[in-house]
Amino acid sequence: MITARYHREVPQRYRLEAGKCTKCGYVAFPPRLVCPKCSTKKFKPIVLKDEGKIITYTVIRVGPDKFSKETPYAIGIIELNDKLRLTAQIAGVVDFEKLKIGQKVKLVFRKIQDDGKAGIHMYGYKAVLA
Amino acid sequence: MRDVVVIGAGMTKFGELWGKSIKDIFVEAALKAIEDAGVKQIDSMYVGAMSSGLFVGQEHLGAVMADYLGVTPIPATHVESACASGGVSFRQAYLEVASGASDIVLAGGVEKMTDGADVTEALATAADQEYEVYQGVTFPGLYAMIAHAHMKEFGTTRKQLAAVAVKNHRNGAKNPNAQFRSEITIDQVLNATMVSDPFGLLDCSPVSDGAAAVIVTTMEMAKKLKKKPIKVIASAQASDTIALHSRPSITTIGSVVNAAKKAYKMAGLKPSDIDLCEVHDCFTIAEIVVSEDLGFFKKGEGGKAAEKGLTAIGGKIPINTSGGLKSKGHPVGATGIAQIIELYEQLNGKAGDRQVKGARIGMAQNMGGSGASCVIHILEGGK
Repeated sequence: MITARYHREVPQRYRLEAGKCTKCGYVAFPPRLVCPKCSTKKFKPIVLKDEGKIITYTVIRVGPDKFSKETPYAIGIIELNDKLRLTAQIAGVVDFEKLKIGQKVKLVFRKIQDDGKAGIHMYGYKAVLA
Repeated sequence: MRDVVVIGAGMTKFGELWGKSIKDIFVEAALKAIEDAGVKQIDSMYVGAMSSGLFVGQEHLGAVMADYLGVTPIPATHVESACASGGVSFRQAYLEVASGASDIVLAGGVEKMTDGADVTEALATAADQEYEVYQGVTFPGLYAMIAHAHMKEFGTTRKQLAAVAVKNHRNGAKNPNAQFRSEITIDQVLNATMVSDPFGLLDCSPVSDGAAAVIVTTMEMAKKLKKKPIKVIASAQASDTIALHSRPSITTIGSVVNAAKKAYKMAGLKPSDIDLCEVHDCFTIAEIVVSEDLGFFKKGEGGKAAEKGLTAIGGKIPINTSGGLKSKGHPVGATGIAQIIELYEQLNGKAGDRQVKGARIGMAQNMGGSGASCVIHILEGGK
């Protein structure tokens, strides 16, 4: 079990906490130490918007071993309303044929995977169609 | 900086080499390259490999291979840049000779992928582990998302993607070292088992074992050894964000654009000067996007170009005459070196049935992850 490693990411995975560059406004998710746009090292904490749209997507039919019981599942790049993009599964899709680029989604709290032989639940965000 | 030339090459057949270990295949390729170059000793060596730790539980490959090749105590370095490990290994050897630090250097690459590891999980370590892989993304998945975006933006079709696989199998069928030496049809590609929409199995490069090595040296040494030199006229490398979602465009690979810009400038050439190009077709869409980002076709026209046969041998710009990753195979760390070997054979006029007539300038484009690393070389044959 990767306890420390998992807990380090909790503010992002559970609460969408990000950093905003105080000089140029670049939004870093996860937070960074240095802004890739203007090299500033000062960020203020913000919380991302949980609504956005699908930029692109795929349906994974062959997954890594730890996701093999979940297949097929949809995953996409989501652009949130504050323009920040992230990768998330698109949950609850009954008919994959109806998935489209541009569809509105909302991020929700979900179980993402199980860890190790004990199967400890690991959580985070997934998108659902709005 | 001194002029650097390639004077020898060797590779194993790519495929499921169950009877041979990672050491066996690397040493086989390296010995062939040393013999081909006709050199008695090498000053230094590089071993490109993406993830021998996960695939076979062996790291420290520089020393492992120097030991089994019987060349200790020379410096031996393992180079890792995901799927670009081979190309970056070649670049390190190039820089070491160009700088004057060494005269004869072996640049190699190897991967042993069929020894039982979870290959999908091992390959996924080239993406952002906490913010892409954690969510369940795979490498076919990342490139599939590029494909869907390209289809939406430019009207690229699955049939155009399939044309890439069909062409690469046609070329690979003529390559004795290729993993798959069989031709396939558009219908076979379209009807294959789905892996990650819009990719079927035949849109994806295979899981492979293999090794490749070349010998680089100075122009003076090549003359002394009476070898026909294939000159390295550009070596360029660029990086980009590790996560696909962090890039301003999903349909342009920034590291390819940036490395290409540097490479063309260094060689004093433009896209139309290139006689043939080996590109990193890990998935069919990759060849299409890269053929645009290298400047061979306008943005969005790569799919149509593949469908019209402009990238076939005899076309406007022959791409992946070796069969590419799709048909030749993709033992990750060996791929970048195998691309250089295809150029070496083509520019020496020794590519047999797949020879591009009069080929003089060849380009190799090797990338890692979903394009976070790209390394490009341009080679020139004798006039």
